[in-house]
Amino acid sequence: MNTTTVRIIKFEFSDVLRSKWVLIYGLFFFLLTETLFRFGGTSARVMLSLSNVVLIIVPLICIVYGTIYLYNAREFMELMLAQPLRRRSLFGGLYSGLVIPLNLSFLVGVGLPFLLHGVERTAHLQAFSMLLLAGVFLTLIFIALAFLISTAYEDKMKGLGIAILSWLLFSVAYDGVMLSLIYRFSDYPLEKAVIALTLLNPVDLARTLLLMQLDIAALMGYTGAVFELFFGSIMGAAISLAALSLWVICPMWLGLRQFRRKDF
Amino acid sequence: MHLILYDDKKMNPAKLLILLILLFTPLLSREIRVRPDGEVSTLNAALQLADDGDRIVIDGGVYREAVVVEKSVEIIGLNHPLFDGEGQRQIFIIRAAGVSIRGLTFRNCGISFIEDRSAILIDGAQDCTVENNRFLDNFFAVYLAKSAGARIINNVIRGQAASETSSGNGVHAWYCKDITITGNTISGHRDGIYFEFVQNGLVEKNHSEGNLRYGLHFMFSDRCRYLDNTFRQNGAGVAVMYTKNVEMHHNRFEENWGSAAFGLLLKDITDSEIRSNLFLGNSIGIYAENSNRLEISGNDFLENGWAVKIMSNSMDNHFSGNNFIANSFDVATNSRHNFSRFEKNFWSGYRGYDLDRDGYGDVPFHPVRLFSMMVAQNPPALVMMRSLLVDLLDLAESVFPLLTPETLVDEKPLMRRRP
Repeated sequence: MNTTTVRIIKFEFSDVLRSKWVLIYGLFFFLLTETLFRFGGTSARVMLSLSNVVLIIVPLICIVYGTIYLYNAREFMELMLAQPLRRRSLFGGLYSGLVIPLNLSFLVGVGLPFLLHGVERTAHLQAFSMLLLAGVFLTLIFIALAFLISTAYEDKMKGLGIAILSWLLFSVAYDGVMLSLIYRFSDYPLEKAVIALTLLNPVDLARTLLLMQLDIAALMGYTGAVFELFFGSIMGAAISLAALSLWVICPMWLGLRQFRRKDF
Repeated sequence: MHLILYDDKKMNPAKLLILLILLFTPLLSREIRVRPDGEVSTLNAALQLADDGDRIVIDGGVYREAVVVEKSVEIIGLNHPLFDGEGQRQIFIIRAAGVSIRGLTFRNCGISFIEDRSAILIDGAQDCTVENNRFLDNFFAVYLAKSAGARIINNVIRGQAASETSSGNGVHAWYCKDITITGNTISGHRDGIYFEFVQNGLVEKNHSEGNLRYGLHFMFSDRCRYLDNTFRQNGAGVAVMYTKNVEMHHNRFEENWGSAAFGLLLKDITDSEIRSNLFLGNSIGIYAENSNRLEISGNDFLENGWAVKIMSNSMDNHFSGNNFIANSFDVATNSRHNFSRFEKNFWSGYRGYDLDRDGYGDVPFHPVRLFSMMVAQNPPALVMMRSLLVDLLDLAESVFPLLTPETLVDEKPLMRRRP
């Protein structure tokens, strides 16, 4: 990382903080978690509710906010590109400058109430770290997708529409297809196919990793416990992590390619 | 010596005198000492000398003998005497009433596929006591057959069961009456405690963990009580079958994981009470099949896969005042018909409100989710749990129930968890 990138990150960081959206984002998670603790009580219960929010809200906010953000940064980008600096530095700087504050406010917003209230069983600590990891990865992935979308489409409204559509695709439509496949081919041993399908969708992958922590008792009730065998093994964990990383790298790479060729 | 045995710290001279007089009264029992290097060096020799009512004190040593106790004696171990079966013999058989065995260690009676070999077999004897002993690596540890009034207290029972066919039970009771099993720690056997045709049994404060099959397993055992026991990480949890009038209170059922593992499996159980137990992290908390007129109240179901699976051949069961918290599924069933009642439970998945502030939600709660029916039909669908799509389907179903049982409903769900 060169000094230009670091400078851009610094600038973006203060810019993002000034816009207060990131603070509101963190405050939302803090209030939500705190409320869940006060009304729900047990840390297991809080994590169950939070996991739903992390899997649904984080991708939605990230993809929408990221898209709008890059459209709004258009003038800034044009100004910066008039300077002698590499497009890669600018793109990376913009991305990091957005992703770091978002993740920080997510981690603080969720983490602080857990620090205040503590967890009930030590087994919950592992589940909690998985929850944070899933949130961080989903942020990285969906901001990357947002950057890809907004560099690909000139038209703001079109870009925003595509962003929301792709969120729907990842969160709902994909699961619908998967569920219908599971029903259609219920006569066949489907476990491996289901695991492969899970790896292809970052939201499902994050969800499955959380399931392994929160619903292990139910998953163990499933004959053969194949999911536990895969996701519980070191190999499975490495593959899941690699798949999640690919979901960050691929959109970023595609986005950068477009960004380089783009005629501002 | 006796005084040390009784360990009475408040011994005053008057009591001492009385005791001494009592001890040397010829009317009272004799005491026979067994030591490896003493005059009497085997238990069998001591038993030859003994009469009913005598006391045999075994002071240390390792004994490799098979013993049949046919006199009503008290056998007490000092300094951890060890009876070693060397993998090839039944160690103790008790055929006399009122025998008590304390402070011994039994090891390795060996596996037999011909007889139910055990460390101690109480065979048709009344009122025997087995207390403060240790049982290591036996096939069966304590085997009660046709015995009434037996008391099995504070023993440590550890096995090394490798497979269900080559292992026996920790405490095995067959055709017994009025027996008490209290404060034992049992692990590594096939079933921790096994009851068959037992009446009026009391199983209390035992800890049964890491057994291959069931922590507690009983069949045809009416009017038994199970209180304050802990059953953890047993291969298949606890199974109770074909029994009437059972009371299970304040037990803990924890972390019994597997495709056929249950916190508590109920099959053909009638007129029984299951109160104030804790079900924590089991694949299935309670599984009820053909079980009728059960009172299931005040239990905590925490973080189980399925808190309750109730088959529709179960009738007139009453679930009230239970806490259902953070289970993957609260209730699952196999039919649209339901003949059990759920009321005034706390459900952490409840989303209703309480406008009249009477502590009960104004909207009824349907604990059976559409998704649990889907998983029952098509198990791989389990991986879709907590997907937004599944939540939407559940929501639609709860508004217009088409597939889930309409009558399986808690009309008055608690707003706050019962403390």
